[in-house]
Amino acid sequence: MSGLRFGLKTLLRDSRTGELGVLLAAIVVAVTAMTAVGFFTDRVGGAIRTQASAVLAGDLDLSSTDPIPAEYMRDARARGLDAAELMTFPTMALAADNNSLALIKAVSSGYPLRGEILVSPQMFGEAAPVQGIPAPGEAWAEPGLLARLDVDVGATLVVGSASVVVTQVLDYQPGQGVGGFSQLAAGLLVNIADVQAFDVIKPGSRITYRQIFAGEPGAVDDWRAELRVRVGKSVRIRGLEDAGEQITAAIDRAQRFLTLASLVTVILAAVATAMAARRYALRHLDTIALMKSLGATQGFILVSTLSQLGLVIVVTALLGTFLGYGAQGVLVGLGASLLKVDLPPASWFAGALGLLTAATITVGFALPHLLKLKDTPPMRVLRHDLPPPRLNTGLSYGIAILALLFMIGAIVQDLLMLGLIAGGLIIVGATAVAGGWFLVWILTRFRGAAGVSWRYGLANISRRGSESVVQIVAFALSLMVLLLLTLVRSDLLSEWQRTVPEDAPNYFLINIEPEQWPGISDFFEEKIGTAPDYLPFLRGRVTRIKGEAVDDIQFPNPRAENFAKREGNLTWRSALPETNEIREGEWWAAANQGEIEASLEVGIARDLGIAVGDTLGFNVGGEDVDVRVTSLRFVEWDSMQPNFFVMLSPGLTEELPQTYIASVFIPPEKRRILSDFVREFPGVTLLDLEVILSQVRMIIERASMAVQYVFLFTLLAGITVLLAAIQVTKDERRFESAILHTLGAGRRTIMQGLAVEFTALGTLAGLLAAFGATAVGWVVAEQAFELDYGLNPWIWLVGCLVGALIVGFCGTLATRGAVNEPPVAVLRDG
Amino acid sequence: MQDIVLRTEALSKKVSSPEGSLTILDDVRIAVQSGESVALVGPSGAGKTTLLALLAGLDRPSHGHVWLCGEELTALDEDGRARLRGDRVGFVFQSFHLVPSLTALENVMLPLELTGADGAKARATDALTSMGLGERLGHYPNQLSGGEKQRVAISRAFITKPEVLFADEPTGNLDTATGERVASLLFDLNKEFQTTLVLVTHDRELAARCDRIIELASGKVVP
Repeated sequence: MSGLRFGLKTLLRDSRTGELGVLLAAIVVAVTAMTAVGFFTDRVGGAIRTQASAVLAGDLDLSSTDPIPAEYMRDARARGLDAAELMTFPTMALAADNNSLALIKAVSSGYPLRGEILVSPQMFGEAAPVQGIPAPGEAWAEPGLLARLDVDVGATLVVGSASVVVTQVLDYQPGQGVGGFSQLAAGLLVNIADVQAFDVIKPGSRITYRQIFAGEPGAVDDWRAELRVRVGKSVRIRGLEDAGEQITAAIDRAQRFLTLASLVTVILAAVATAMAARRYALRHLDTIALMKSLGATQGFILVSTLSQLGLVIVVTALLGTFLGYGAQGVLVGLGASLLKVDLPPASWFAGALGLLTAATITVGFALPHLLKLKDTPPMRVLRHDLPPPRLNTGLSYGIAILALLFMIGAIVQDLLMLGLIAGGLIIVGATAVAGGWFLVWILTRFRGAAGVSWRYGLANISRRGSESVVQIVAFALSLMVLLLLTLVRSDLLSEWQRTVPEDAPNYFLINIEPEQWPGISDFFEEKIGTAPDYLPFLRGRVTRIKGEAVDDIQFPNPRAENFAKREGNLTWRSALPETNEIREGEWWAAANQGEIEASLEVGIARDLGIAVGDTLGFNVGGEDVDVRVTSLRFVEWDSMQPNFFVMLSPGLTEELPQTYIASVFIPPEKRRILSDFVREFPGVTLLDLEVILSQVRMIIERASMAVQYVFLFTLLAGITVLLAAIQVTKDERRFESAILHTLGAGRRTIMQGLAVEFTALGTLAGLLAAFGATAVGWVVAEQAFELDYGLNPWIWLVGCLVGALIVGFCGTLATRGAVNEPPVAVLRDG
Repeated sequence: MQDIVLRTEALSKKVSSPEGSLTILDDVRIAVQSGESVALVGPSGAGKTTLLALLAGLDRPSHGHVWLCGEELTALDEDGRARLRGDRVGFVFQSFHLVPSLTALENVMLPLELTGADGAKARATDALTSMGLGERLGHYPNQLSGGEKQRVAISRAFITKPEVLFADEPTGNLDTATGERVASLLFDLNKEFQTTLVLVTHDRELAARCDRIIELASGKVVP
């Protein structure tokens, strides 16, 4: 018989007799969890991307100040992509006695490819989605433009040599949040067919040409890669990641939450697998010793073990992936009405993840235990009490941790997260083991304190020393997940949702002349009871970086180049905004009146290679100024406050040409005051953030929901750990119960002893779990999500109670069978 | 004089214990001739099982040498000793030690298959049938009685026609009648195949059926 055949035969036989149950279940749960998470997050991720596309109006956007070749549209359509084109330019719009600068947004049919246009039949009326675009000769005007022209729906506006009739008030159009505050004039959406008749495009006109594309992610990526080669330098390509910093920051957080959920599942399942594999190996020592006594070599045992592992990987990967697909199908079915979104189909990446999971967990966590089987001393056929071959813990856990890190690395693709998790694992593991030993030691002091059942139960815990610690740590891990899933998760989610509070500013006021500010402040004080916050707003272009002219610098990426070569937004402030945090250097003293200091956002500083102490040259409104970088800031982009890459110190900066920008929360029922505002301050531009805000909120809500579903699987993995931990000492308990029975102990006494033991283990594990959950929750909140996390005092009580109840109940129930067996059968088996 | 198939020289086994080094076997010198049946007897803790393990190459001595079928066991590595056992040695254990995942037939085929011998299935079927287990070929160990298990174990031990058969308390787990039948079978086969039989037993009657008795006490051979 070959090692392969013997291995497979043993495995099949064991799976029939239930011998293999816990091991297979642990890996299948891991794979099911991972693939369900993979399939589901893949689809939810797809839905979230669709949401981001709605902000961009497409999946991919080309923009240029020169006409973009029409052949791109044709070629994109030939690839199965949808395409539309836009032209944006400022020009004067006239109505009866008034005129105003308007930003003409001419769009072709098909626009928007993603998201929808919201219009209302009258100024500041109820906005509703609309299909299609304005017909030729018609226009949809933003409220600000109508207010400035003092007209309403139905008015005829003259644009260049032609005229259009306003048929709707334009409340929102996808893509309006893109491009910052550069588009200051109020918009007029028209059909692109009318542009020629306007006859306003002359050489030197400030016109932006855009083409947008949408389609399957793979096709869009391919098209983007081709465009990178084909388009000239003047054409800017933007994808979903450029769809406004707010949206991408929210998506980023959503992905981190989902990733965290799946990672905890993997870790728990791996722990369960290691425990189950150890038990499986221990139970096969006698057979291996026998095989050796009959002449089997170590090579034979190795081939047999490896073939078993191979089969375990294939079977668990297939079964788990199948179950995972089914599970996510059920989840999608359950969650569809809540998610209010059609999820795109799952990709096969998640299926491959199933195989990867099974292989990683099996090789990393089961292999070390099974490999040791080949070192079983053949002498064991004669002496059962010989200890099992010692596992080289350094090597085996080294392999296991490497396997886990490999797995985590493949999933997270985020070095910071990987480092945090690896460090967290080591700290949690070491603390749990140390804590477990300490608690077992404390418990030993109480063993004489009560009746026989108590003494038996507590004595068991202290006598089993290391096994009790393993059990406590395993129980604590699953309980910790339980606590993380309930208390910490809801704390974190509400903390996260608080980052976009209900009264977050929903309007930006742009283009305020400094002398207008007192009037504006009074206006809002009177109408809504509070004056908005304002920030000075300067337009500036970088001219020199560290003394070198920008034109001579090679930039490492498009983000850095865009920042350096385009006119950007600057502000000056005395105090650091609440949503910013200094990471390097120091914020300036309020009294600084000398050299202008600058504070840069850390990301852009890193891209440009700028450190604290470097100099930058700016041209602001025609004036050249030199500034010294004195601090780097972390910016909370999704705070919905005006955020800036560059902030300058007050003092000399106040002399430079500037306007003010303000943000204000206007309750929906008071939106009508905006008509008065626009009439009173016609030069000030209003930017409606309501739609972007509600999108950010929706993304957060959807992601929160997804995370809750995903954590269901983590809970399942926690249960397998619990089962595996109970299994660890099951054989020993079976034997002990038989001996106690023989000595005259009643079933009731033995059961009580078991209940005491498991309840005590559960309580200790709960205590440890509460500690772990608090620590992990805090680290994750502070480091991974940049949220402030307050400690929840209930976690300690809930941890101990839930631990005692769950572990006490499950443990006693699962070992009940051992107590019920006739002692003679057990003792004869040895 | 017949060939010596098993020989030891100054054989010792020491283990470390909390109380310090413990001597299990001390300077054991024995020689067993081919076809001979030898009983190792002695009180519990005398070192019988340890001696059996060293003779079969299941364990390594602390000092001294063992020659089995002309090969010096102490000079072989673990795989070398396993191959030697597979080719030349059979075992019968007190608790039968059948592989639970294999049927009666497969258990008997196992030693042949491990050595790559031909006709494993036919030979194993014949062996079991001659033992009266022709109806039990497809049964798993947990479906067999104690006596049936030991007969399967004996069939497995003799299937390779081993030169030496080691038996550790072969009747220890059987009732008197079954034990008697199994013992007779063992000695009949010993005669039939001219196999050298080395058995460890507490049973004086069983020991008396052997050609020679070697008595151990406190790790030494009693002269």
